[in-house]
Amino acid sequence: MRLAILGAGDVGRSVADLAGEYGHDVVALADSTTATVDPGGIDIDGALERKVGGDALGSSDHDAVFESDYDVLVEATPTTLDDAEPGFSHVKRALEADRHVVLANKGPVAERYEELRALEADSAGSIRFEATVGGAIPVLSTIEDSTPQAVTAVRGVLNGTANFILTRMAAEGLDYEHVLAEAQDLGVAEADPTFDVDGTDAALKFVILANVLADGGFALEDATVEGIQSIPGSALDLAAEDGRTIRLIGEATRDGVRVGPRLVPENGALAVTGTRNIVQIETRNAGSLHSSGRGAGGPETATAVLSDVGRLPPL
Amino acid sequence: MDARKQEVTAMVDKPAEEDAETDGGVRAYTVRLELVDEPGELLRTLEPIADNGGNLLSIHHERGNITPRGHIPVEVDLECPPERFDGIVDALRDAGVNVIQAGAEHYGEEVNVVLVGDLVENDLSDTLSRIEGEASAVVRDLSLSAPDGTEAVSSARIRLAIDSGRSDAALEAIRSIGSDKELTVVEPLLGGEA
Repeated sequence: MRLAILGAGDVGRSVADLAGEYGHDVVALADSTTATVDPGGIDIDGALERKVGGDALGSSDHDAVFESDYDVLVEATPTTLDDAEPGFSHVKRALEADRHVVLANKGPVAERYEELRALEADSAGSIRFEATVGGAIPVLSTIEDSTPQAVTAVRGVLNGTANFILTRMAAEGLDYEHVLAEAQDLGVAEADPTFDVDGTDAALKFVILANVLADGGFALEDATVEGIQSIPGSALDLAAEDGRTIRLIGEATRDGVRVGPRLVPENGALAVTGTRNIVQIETRNAGSLHSSGRGAGGPETATAVLSDVGRLPPL
Repeated sequence: MDARKQEVTAMVDKPAEEDAETDGGVRAYTVRLELVDEPGELLRTLEPIADNGGNLLSIHHERGNITPRGHIPVEVDLECPPERFDGIVDALRDAGVNVIQAGAEHYGEEVNVVLVGDLVENDLSDTLSRIEGEASAVVRDLSLSAPDGTEAVSSARIRLAIDSGRSDAALEAIRSIGSDKELTVVEPLLGGEA
């Protein structure tokens, strides 16, 4: 497949870097201002060096990506809420040109799922978005394989930053602010960790899961979301007295989406430690399936994007 | 099956009124417990039974059958003089064991909830009585942690007994009490095999 990659952050750059290994060519790569386009395959190393060095990524206009000769648009621009722009328009443009789209950007799939599916129905192209939920963990493909109708609920930990903070608070008996500062020093938490600790990031992923289970109907505003900012170390101590701990757990069913701090067995499957993520897929006929792994990171998320590319039918 | 075990099975199967009136007036009882999945938990549970005059007959440890709260259901058959049975159940409770059913008495489900906020300033005893009233739950145990004093943010773990099948409604009521009183409610995750 010939890939056009929009977004040159960690994920976009890793997709470009790894595409060759998975047997795909990159014919265009763009960040928010410029693009580099070459029908014979762009000079990936050169473009990434320029980007990391702070120079312009390429000499073409950002829009030149859509004029390139690509099969799959990889939408890896930063997630935005509400109208999910400009990501949504990028997807729309590619589908209207009868191309496939693989998203790493959660915004359009969480906030405008039905519109995406309607555009897809009128297009020769398809959309896939494994990378939007749980990074490297195969969540959506597992649901697809079990058939969504047979999945009754998906629960789990889908934010590594919040999980790291709760793990450290429980282990060290420290309060939220101390551990958050430590997480920022380690680069585990961003300078502005709001979306991670207030549950928004996890909620977007569980909204996407609910949309897949119910074939649409959910957006972020439909989710009940609570963060971990108000959890003191003493709450984790009390939970431990009963063999429990507290994790930021999300639940997606056909009836709704809920994300909040919950008591789970300390040695249970869902109490993963550090930045690790886990999902529990509850099925009608096969009990619960658990998948755990790295839920974020450039190369990790890029593998999910490239697996999606491999699942697309030829155009 | 040895002779003793056969006798025991026969005793348990017989209706309570007519079973073995042996010389000491011993009766067989079944106690259902929920254990945390940790090494040593089962042994810790059996000690109070033996220490209070109970004679263990059989233990059915359903390790593969985890309750919605991630606990392991255990069924203990024991025999003891009737007047000692309540003492055994109390000793189990004192040891922190969740007794779900003892003899004919059924206690439904036990659920732990952690509350966080200005608990003491916010009239903790009123919070507890509202939980008992509005959530139809019985507060069995309370553990409070206020490392920065009772005027600062504190946490409380509350163990509640709830009628079987009423957990969801009870937790919903507790959520609404929490939002009234500006408390963070950390609920157990009830669904799935946690």
